[in-house]
Amino acid sequence: VTAPATPVPATASRARPSRRAVDRWGSVVEVWLRSHTVLVYSFLYLPIVVVVVFSFNANRLATIWTEFSTEWFSVALGNSVVQNALRNSFVVALPTAIFATTFGTMAALGLQRVPPRLRIFFDALTYVSIIVPEIVIALSTLVLFATSFDAIDSVFGFKPNFGHTTIIAAHMLFNISLVLLLVRARLSGMDRTLVEASYDLFATPWRTFRQITFPQLLPAIVAGFLLAFTFSFDDYVITSFVSGPGSSTLPLYVFGQIKRGVSPETNAVATMMLLLTLLMLLVGQILLARNSRRSGGSDSMAKMISER
Amino acid sequence: VAATTAPRGSSGGRVKSALLTTALVFPAGLWYLVLLIAPLAVVTIFSFGVRAPNGGYDPAFVLDNYLVFFQRPERAAPFFTSLWMAIGGTIGCLLVGLPLAYFIATRAGRRKGLFILLLVIPFWTSFLIRTYSWLIILGRENVGGFIGGVIGDPDFRILGTPAAVLMGLVYGYLPLMVFPIYVTLERMDRTLVEASKDLGAARWATFRQVTLPIALPGLITGSILVFIPMMGEYVIPSILGYGRTFLVGNALTDAFIQSRNWPAGSAMAVLLIAIMFITITFYLWFLNRGRRGRDVSVL
Repeated sequence: VTAPATPVPATASRARPSRRAVDRWGSVVEVWLRSHTVLVYSFLYLPIVVVVVFSFNANRLATIWTEFSTEWFSVALGNSVVQNALRNSFVVALPTAIFATTFGTMAALGLQRVPPRLRIFFDALTYVSIIVPEIVIALSTLVLFATSFDAIDSVFGFKPNFGHTTIIAAHMLFNISLVLLLVRARLSGMDRTLVEASYDLFATPWRTFRQITFPQLLPAIVAGFLLAFTFSFDDYVITSFVSGPGSSTLPLYVFGQIKRGVSPETNAVATMMLLLTLLMLLVGQILLARNSRRSGGSDSMAKMISER
Repeated sequence: VAATTAPRGSSGGRVKSALLTTALVFPAGLWYLVLLIAPLAVVTIFSFGVRAPNGGYDPAFVLDNYLVFFQRPERAAPFFTSLWMAIGGTIGCLLVGLPLAYFIATRAGRRKGLFILLLVIPFWTSFLIRTYSWLIILGRENVGGFIGGVIGDPDFRILGTPAAVLMGLVYGYLPLMVFPIYVTLERMDRTLVEASKDLGAARWATFRQVTLPIALPGLITGSILVFIPMMGEYVIPSILGYGRTFLVGNALTDAFIQSRNWPAGSAMAVLLIAIMFITITFYLWFLNRGRRGRDVSVL
């Protein structure tokens, strides 16, 4: 609290408390701000801690604590339904992340070269794909797929099925937009003089891209890939509507289980899912830290996500 | 970086460059066309149709699916429930998020990055898991039963009530409120606060007349960022509300999957999207109104 350096002129003070009172309120505010922050962070982390703690609970009733046990992890890993769901989650998330990162990065690069009117139209679609609620995208995609599959059936005599392909295609939409925004933010903040210097030194466009542009975009591309993988791996709403028989993923398994009441086995599956996503975050953080040490900047996953 | 285009522009080079541009933008453009424009167009067309006898869609051109919102109050009810829940959730996020963003921006010092990382981590982990965990916390064996014991009502429940849904909304979307407020406060010129204090303004007056107006674009951006997904929320009311707090998301699923009335569901989807675009237009108008728009955009 910085007190006024000179006594306050009487004209400027409209019936305000004495400076001592202000200072006392100041410390009350400080204490309140601090405890508010502690409370909010506890609020944010409590559910995560609870799921992890209760996955080590021996009691079959997941919501009552008895004693420590790791048996639910072996039960979960031995369950063939969980094994299938885990495999499906990877089969969906990995191609989604690879294609979405490639297409999103390509679009970010290409959009700098298109006429402004087309770029504005494209940008509008990017924002629409993120703003329109997931449930609307999910249901309208389902309706489109179902209608066109029926049409294909009546014309060609075979009917495409819902499954991994439909999930990947639907997941890619949102993730392309995400990667596009991340990479483009990086592009606009990029040092152009290096690109110009490269051309002045007679480098080909491809070589300039490979040696100048790409390394500078890499942090955004890595962050985009990891985010896309995580979002696809964790997605429930879209997956639940465009999945087919046998393509059920881990979030679908978890949702189905909790409808019947939370079991310690579900908590064990959830804990493993949390661990995997946190591992991705850690990998991203390490990759970005190593990259920024080389380039002298400071990148972090948090920065890439929160300060776009 | 326009310089990625080859600087020397022979006509052959220009054709090659145009081809490259097309090839770069094509896959994403195709995805937008097939998985964004097409589904939304189909839903818009279906909203004027009639339900096929066995469920689904039969072509027609009627306005019944929209008129029903005015004729039958129970069809419009989910929209009002969603609206009140989203407004309540946004106010909750503001009350919880503003002091937090203020603390991180002005009191966290060199640990700002750590505080932001701690906000990003939950956001990064599964929404579904973080939501269902409240079933354990608020359940009868834990907080729900405890409160019931304190007020002496053995039938007291939190789960399955609008309160549980509201809490889930605030919990789920809080970081989206904090980030934009933090960014505006972080960029704020701190000497303004010093100047205000030097001029004898009390703490509250300084906050209300200096900090708050500067943070306003961040507050508005944060409110939009949480309000819009809350309007279309589906997972939280299904899990924490037991589906009893019937939001638009639940009504949509009900129409498309259970009653298989695709035209009715389509009209709801179109109405929901319209509400969102009206909100965003209003937001853009607000940001550009008179004052130079500070560069805090929706994304």
